[in-house]
Amino acid sequence: MAIVFEKPKALTDAVLHYCPGCPHGIIHRLVAEAIDELGIEGKTIGVAPVGCAVMAYDYFACDMIEAAHGRAPATATGIKRCRPDNIVFTYQGDGDLASIGMAETVHAAARNENITVIFVNNAIYGMTGGQMAPTSLPGQVTQTSPYGRDVKHCGWPIKVSEMLSTLEGPEYIARVAVNNVKNVKNAKKAIKKAFQNQIEGKGFSLVEVVSACPTNWGMTPQKALEWVESDMLPYYPIGVYKDRTAAKEAE
Amino acid sequence: MAERVLMKGNEAIAEAAIRAGCRHYFGYPITPQTEIAAYMAKKMPKIGGVFLQAESEVASINMVYGAAATGCRVMTSSSSPGISLKSEGLSYIAGSDVPALVVNVQRGGPGLGGIQPSQSDYFQATKGGGHGDYRMIVLAPASVQEMASLTIKGFNLADKYLMTSMILADGTIGQMMEPISFEDAEIETYEKPWALTGTECKRKHNIVNSLYLKPDELEVKNFERYERYKIVEENEPMWEEYMMEDAEICVVAFGIASRVAKNAVVAARAEGIKVGLIRPITLWPFPTKALRAAADKVKAFVSVELNMGQMIEDVRLATECKRPVSLCNRAGGMIPSPEQVLESIRKAQKGE
Amino acid sequence: MAKVTFKTDLCKGCGLCVNACPKGILAIDAAQINKKGYSPAVMTDQEKCIGCAFCATMCPDCIITVEK
Repeated sequence: MAIVFEKPKALTDAVLHYCPGCPHGIIHRLVAEAIDELGIEGKTIGVAPVGCAVMAYDYFACDMIEAAHGRAPATATGIKRCRPDNIVFTYQGDGDLASIGMAETVHAAARNENITVIFVNNAIYGMTGGQMAPTSLPGQVTQTSPYGRDVKHCGWPIKVSEMLSTLEGPEYIARVAVNNVKNVKNAKKAIKKAFQNQIEGKGFSLVEVVSACPTNWGMTPQKALEWVESDMLPYYPIGVYKDRTAAKEAE
Repeated sequence: MAERVLMKGNEAIAEAAIRAGCRHYFGYPITPQTEIAAYMAKKMPKIGGVFLQAESEVASINMVYGAAATGCRVMTSSSSPGISLKSEGLSYIAGSDVPALVVNVQRGGPGLGGIQPSQSDYFQATKGGGHGDYRMIVLAPASVQEMASLTIKGFNLADKYLMTSMILADGTIGQMMEPISFEDAEIETYEKPWALTGTECKRKHNIVNSLYLKPDELEVKNFERYERYKIVEENEPMWEEYMMEDAEICVVAFGIASRVAKNAVVAARAEGIKVGLIRPITLWPFPTKALRAAADKVKAFVSVELNMGQMIEDVRLATECKRPVSLCNRAGGMIPSPEQVLESIRKAQKGE
Repeated sequence: MAKVTFKTDLCKGCGLCVNACPKGILAIDAAQINKKGYSPAVMTDQEKCIGCAFCATMCPDCIITVEK
């Protein structure tokens, strides 16, 4: 018998601190699998966010830095501009990337900064205990929208992939989900492509991963994945929103 | 004789940084320091370096943080309101123990304030504008030559002690033109085994981080850092003494204020007043020993500042309030005249 | 013939593997409590395993190894 599935080498042996059923672990693994398959662990430098994934620096076996809240794309820019031959990625949540760090995100994309951004959208601030995120759905109940997100009062959730794809700058913007086996496998392909693009010097590649937060959504892990399908994906449709190279080839 | 070139203060900083091996500059436009960015924008692409105009001061300092973490010599420059925005990053850089050089060409504040020269960021620079227990090495040039030499010194010290060196200049010295020389500059290099370079799968991963959720670990980190700061306080204070041998009155002033003060000292000497000047060159570490020694000799101190009286607190602390310390100041972008300083010296002499 | 191995002590009992298994041969064993204090996932009928690795694909804690 041969091993057909095991933990990727680009993950350390540190035990993940995430809640039971939290898809962060799946997404970490997909990133690590991409790093393994592309053989880039030795030259990869990762940027951890502020949020639930703050301790990602303990989980990835490559060199890591912990950025200030929302500033990961700026920190990654600093690293990449000093070490263009290294592979630099950020791993960020929705509060980090789409609220406090929106300027850094948009401008890194506009510059077509040659980095890979993994954006985990689970429609809530997880680490601080479940507050309304820039991506919380209309009507979604959170700690700071206890009567449901009222769009008249606090506005609409931001569709990051759609928004960034209007920019000339970025190379690749895709939205994937990790709520079932098929979607996880597709998510893996997109993440790998986002790293491959960087290796080929194509520029800014962002994969928005629609994820779940069973704990703060107040659901079982399985129910949370079902809610991704029933409520999240209709608002945040899966798809490739921008692929400059593919678009050029199609012309 | 060393070759001398005529340069503007801000440009001297930029040229000195390049000579110190800095090849990465991340900034955001703000008056009155724009010449630094303009110089870098022109020069860096020609020498294989990187000039990048960021989307904000916040982004630029976090680019500096990332670049510093790779072990590169990196800098940013700004002016007072911009430094407030950079303070978050300065705290992270301190908490992660990576070296960087930050220039503050001060302007009047608070708020948007004005664009004329000021020294009102003394507290922010020396006591820490960002959150948490940390220090920066704060260098206060008083001439264009020092804009250059302290920039190079700042890079050396940052690498040596793994902390931020801040050049605390002001709009006057930034815009002033003087002949300077780069020939005495000594560039030091340090090993950086902690840097993010990629593991090559040959070593355990390096982590640059300021998060320690276990309070005992965070305490240890803080204590370790302050042990290092103690060494800096012991070894690195710099100051200039002028006519202090027989002085009865000691004027204390840094940066542009010290140049005005020097003229006033000469004028006061002509009147027969025994007065001298101590000019702190490092504001942190503060030249405490020099001032403490002076306190045993002189009968009064005059602190000359372009603010509402910030350094005066450190003068009182350093001298343990053994002698009266009076303030001679202007604020909001105004500069005291030599006559105003002279009058303060006369009053101190009379014990007023 | 396929084999699934769990690092049982690291299992958080979330049950995502149980739901992912097309053969319905995984279960949360309520009778067990592991070192982390969770009732872990277990294999109930190894013979029927086809080695599809769906369980490992959905496992958020990377505790499943699949051999085939």
